[in-house]
Amino acid sequence: MSADLVTATAAQLLERLNAGDVSAAEVAQAHLDRIEATETQVDAFLHVMHDEALAAAADVDRRRAAGEQLGLLAGVPVALKDIFTTRGVPTTCGSKILDGYRPPYDSTVTARLHAADAVIVGKTNMDEFAMGSSGENSAFKLSRNPWDLGRVPGGSSAGSVAAVAAFQAPLATGTDTGGSIRQPAAFTGLVGAKPTYGRVSRYGMIAFASSLDQCGPIARTVTDAALLLQAVAGHDPMDSTSIPEPFPDLRPSLGAGVDGLRIGVVREFLESEGLEPGVRDRTTEAIERLGKLGADIVEVSLPHAVYGVSAYYLIAPSECSSNLSRFDGVRYGLRVGAGTAEEMMAATREQGFGAEVKRRIMIGTYALSAGYYDAYYAQAQRVRTLILRDFAAAFEQCDALVSPTAPTTAFAFGDKTDDPLAMYLNDVFTIPASLAGSPAVSVPGGLDDQGLPVGVQIMAPVLGEDVMFRVAAALEAELGFDPTPRGPNALKAAL
Amino acid sequence: MSLSTDDVRHVARLARLALTDEEVDSLGAQLSDILAYAEKVGEVATSDVPPTSHPYPLRNVWRDDEPRPSLPPAEAIATAPQAEDGRFHVPRIVEGEA
Repeated sequence: MSADLVTATAAQLLERLNAGDVSAAEVAQAHLDRIEATETQVDAFLHVMHDEALAAAADVDRRRAAGEQLGLLAGVPVALKDIFTTRGVPTTCGSKILDGYRPPYDSTVTARLHAADAVIVGKTNMDEFAMGSSGENSAFKLSRNPWDLGRVPGGSSAGSVAAVAAFQAPLATGTDTGGSIRQPAAFTGLVGAKPTYGRVSRYGMIAFASSLDQCGPIARTVTDAALLLQAVAGHDPMDSTSIPEPFPDLRPSLGAGVDGLRIGVVREFLESEGLEPGVRDRTTEAIERLGKLGADIVEVSLPHAVYGVSAYYLIAPSECSSNLSRFDGVRYGLRVGAGTAEEMMAATREQGFGAEVKRRIMIGTYALSAGYYDAYYAQAQRVRTLILRDFAAAFEQCDALVSPTAPTTAFAFGDKTDDPLAMYLNDVFTIPASLAGSPAVSVPGGLDDQGLPVGVQIMAPVLGEDVMFRVAAALEAELGFDPTPRGPNALKAAL
Repeated sequence: MSLSTDDVRHVARLARLALTDEEVDSLGAQLSDILAYAEKVGEVATSDVPPTSHPYPLRNVWRDDEPRPSLPPAEAIATAPQAEDGRFHVPRIVEGEA
């Protein structure tokens, strides 16, 4: 039976593949079987790449047999968020406006996964254009949380976390604009990392808010997250905001421990009004454990972080209103209606976009319109400066910051869909690092009293992925969290 | 800040969204709520604080102006909803004789 192949981590699979103990074809088949057995319960994928995955795996096996040098992820299954273009393979970004679109090119992330000899098993579901914190804004389906099928997996990388948590793939790519990797990872007991803005190329990653969007890994272990990030990160001339500095080798950080590190606890976050007691308790315990491991715990303040959500909900919609103007029924995707060009475009966009996307386009268009730019977008950018200064001051006192990832654990479907503002406030702890461009990762901190996973966030200074992974790996080893979904409403599928 | 129905229709026109009447009604209230929350930035964003457009200091990127292979035209228009003679086909944009 192939159960041990789907429960294995990516690092374990690589070891076995490299030792010739198992073939890439067997690994791919085991995961495709698992997808088939669990997909009706979790609905993680918009498009399963069954034949492509088997062909890629056979190719890896053939080249390995021929003695060829293989890539960093040779034979490891990876699920790709549907925001990354894949040549000839449907790419919808969770939107009806791109239904049926088959891009003529690969994103840099897709190309680097091919170059690493990863086996891409499919495209995962997401909130439309990555706008959402629950997955409920997908135009196609609702992905469910494998820990409780009546609850959301978080968003926007909803399908990516559902797939990894359900053992459909050991690795998935996500994108994070205000928390879209970290919050869903927290909700599903996974590791989800947003690297420094500019570490991973945005070329071919469908744009939402260009000054914030960043790709990162989702995995069941810190080591696996580091592996995937290592494969996709690094400078790309196709993205003018790509960081020229080489990406560090994260392996030495993973076993380095936290002895002697100064870890800052963000006072305002732990005292936050909407913070659930279970989340606060697991976070406090994680901090105590890090102290026990030899870290120096210091209290720090991010006094302007409380304005982060306000600034974010001006900056992100403003940038999205500009970015999404490219969907006009001319070059790709849906076209609706006749009449003048303007009538055709307005009818196409009205029918092609969902409610949340329209809401954000409207906010952004309003905030950028004549007479309001200074009152909204420019003011929000000033707050961004204040938050950057807060982070700079905090990182003078410590090497990394620890906080809850989200104020709550996974909520039920429909809980927040009638109140956009309540949904936005779920990003209150993740948005500050997004605005500051800092790397941040969510690591499982245990379960709350309902048996739902709690995420602990570790934030590091810009370009500080090494120290961030150092803390994450130490915390993971200390807590020994089991990522297998369990509980009365959990995914039912024997492993 | 409260948005009137006319405000919502004006912004929808700028955004090229043919909103339904129900959408105009619900968006008016929702946008007013969201903007009221967003306006909190004004409490701390004083004019002596410079705006940040980008979190990481980057300079403009240049490359040599050398011809390189690019997407063949046939592939670029293959995904178009309507194409004709190797071009994107759009409704008339400029008024005047054909």
